[in-house]
Amino acid sequence: MATMTMIQALRSAMDVMLGRDAQVVVFGEDVGYFGGVFRCTEGLQAKYGQQRVFDSPIAEGGIVGTAIGMAAYGLRPVVEVQFADYFYPASDQIVSEAARLRYRSAGDFTAPIVIRMPCGGGIYGGQTHSQSPEALFTHVCGLRTVMPSNPYDAKGLLIAAIECDDPVIFLEPKRIYNGPFDGHHDRPVVPWSTHPKSEVPEGHYTVALESASIVRPGDDLTVLTYGTMVYVAEAAARETGIDAEVIDLRSLWPLDLPTLVESVKKTGRCVVLHEATRTSGFGAELTALIQEHCFFHLEAPIERVTGYDTPYPHALEWAYFPGPARVSQAYRKVMWP
Amino acid sequence: MPGHPPKLHLHVPGPTGRPGQATDFSYLRVSAAGEVPRPAVDIVPSHTGTMAWKLIRVLDDSGRAVGPWAPQVEVEALRRGLRAMLRTRAFDARMLIAQRQKKISFYMQCLGEEAIAVAHAQALQSGDMCFPSYRQQGLLLSRDDIDLVELMCQLLSNERDPIRGRQLPVMYSYKRAGFFSISGNLATQFVQAVGWAMASAIQGDTKIASGWIGDGSTAEADFHNALTFAHVYRAPVILNVVNNQWAISTFQALAGGEGTTFAARGVGAGIASLRVDGNDFLAVLAASRWAAERARRNLGPTLIEWVTYRAGAHSTSDDPSRYRPADEWQHFPLGDPVMRLKQHLTGLGAWSQDEHERTLKALDAEMSAALKAAQQFGSVQDGHIPPLATMFEDVYKDMPPHLREQMRQAAAHEGGS
Repeated sequence: MATMTMIQALRSAMDVMLGRDAQVVVFGEDVGYFGGVFRCTEGLQAKYGQQRVFDSPIAEGGIVGTAIGMAAYGLRPVVEVQFADYFYPASDQIVSEAARLRYRSAGDFTAPIVIRMPCGGGIYGGQTHSQSPEALFTHVCGLRTVMPSNPYDAKGLLIAAIECDDPVIFLEPKRIYNGPFDGHHDRPVVPWSTHPKSEVPEGHYTVALESASIVRPGDDLTVLTYGTMVYVAEAAARETGIDAEVIDLRSLWPLDLPTLVESVKKTGRCVVLHEATRTSGFGAELTALIQEHCFFHLEAPIERVTGYDTPYPHALEWAYFPGPARVSQAYRKVMWP
Repeated sequence: MPGHPPKLHLHVPGPTGRPGQATDFSYLRVSAAGEVPRPAVDIVPSHTGTMAWKLIRVLDDSGRAVGPWAPQVEVEALRRGLRAMLRTRAFDARMLIAQRQKKISFYMQCLGEEAIAVAHAQALQSGDMCFPSYRQQGLLLSRDDIDLVELMCQLLSNERDPIRGRQLPVMYSYKRAGFFSISGNLATQFVQAVGWAMASAIQGDTKIASGWIGDGSTAEADFHNALTFAHVYRAPVILNVVNNQWAISTFQALAGGEGTTFAARGVGAGIASLRVDGNDFLAVLAASRWAAERARRNLGPTLIEWVTYRAGAHSTSDDPSRYRPADEWQHFPLGDPVMRLKQHLTGLGAWSQDEHERTLKALDAEMSAALKAAQQFGSVQDGHIPPLATMFEDVYKDMPPHLREQMRQAAAHEGGS
């Protein structure tokens, strides 16, 4: 089996679907000839032609708006918004149009589109190349919000998203495009080839939407997280010796609630971890769900570790990033409140 | 340097007439019928400046069809067009009454603008897709395969509403009739029409799209996105800008129409563009055919500004007497599209006052009978509305567990408790 980076796995997913389904088209800024600023679509235009894989004007509202029209025609567009920080001009098309087209027309028209967006920090991107806006999407009924944390899941989830008949926001943590990252920014970069989840089949397979993954079984506490933070959560478990059960949500919304609830009922303790800002972040929803479903099993208050309620800073990136030290502190706090 | 520079001041444009005043319509710049040339469909788009600045008209003041844009058209098609305009007007009039009787919650009429949708529909083919705004009901009412009762059930939001009571009245969706779901948000559908047309081109299909927007919402970014994408990919799409002078109380100058035309926006974007008398059925038909032919021959998009006048209120929630002269429509230089086509057909000996009155009477009876039939299925007022489950269905293709749970909770509270 081939070893792939996240970038190669995502490219392979689009390659497989362009090959299998003549309705799939791929477009976005710099996506065609150049292959995308992160190289995710490299070679696809050469292979499938510029009727299927093409560059777009720099207008996110136009990219998503035309994708909705294409989907109404019967295509399955997979579009790239170059950075999640740039999706805001497309907000109306995503929130008012794609998410509600099936509902408002009672199924007469639908919008099966995938909007790929690199997200998250850890790359010195400053406040316009580091955001994690997942909560802005999970708040919108009719959208599916997905965020993979490794090459195997990235490919399987992207294929599942393209085959899904609902609009899917597909967030790609750009810090882990080329290797897992546990928050120790001062240590050497780790390539994907050393990680078991970089073993990726060449052909078609899916990872089911609405399915979470227990990436580290444990008995002491449950960590609910996704994306880059999965590796920070694992690092904190190693470094504290606390036997954390780390759950990678993979699909943020709709989500696999039974897996989460079962784990917290088992451990009795819960830490919610994400890179996005804290207030009204997706962690708030997770915290509410856990207290609704697990209150009488909890041994300690739920702890949230998140980015601060500030714009993502450039120079102070590592003060902002919820690294292993902050996560370890939260583990200790829920263990010995 | 002698003296002081002048103080700067902000220019806020407005209409020439407010309530109690007479509107000066000279801002419209109306060309004579037959004056504007009709170029070949493969004209270089940047050479359509004349057509975008002048006003393409076919019917002269005496009702004769003159000039290069006068279309080849069967008299029977024009008679069908006049009947469809009268039908649209009769439908609107009956639904306005129904709204005042509180049978429906809301309504939007297209009084004075009927020619645009009805004549445009005659230039399209089966399989083409319109992305309308909320004032193109003529696209549906000019068809004989759309059941009036079903349209009215949508307006009544009752058990037979095909979109299950989920949208305000008039936000129809008719895929089988080439009529995209109306959003209610402005301008969003304009760029979607371009995407649909791009898809048709990607698939090597022969269908074209027709997008619709009002003068007011051309100020939205979606308008500019639509023009950019349509031009860049030479999309087979007609971009219709219905300039009816008013967006609620916002005069078209405030959308950027002062000292320019909306058609000129298209020329600037590299798109072949026409400015057309929207109250002239023959001009609408001719310009629509010209644009459709361009699209079908891979020559790319056409932007058409239809100059017309919103003779009624914006909606049943609006009172235009508060912001514009009450008699403005009577003085609008392009007149009433119904009367102008009637004059033309009468001149051809193909219509008469007697037939006109018989048609009106028959349409009135058709509307009353349809409304009576639709009301048998209830209304939002009498509680014969779609069942509770329809609130939770179609949010996703398959209902996720959290919505099943919320539906269960809502059912437990149904009936109030």
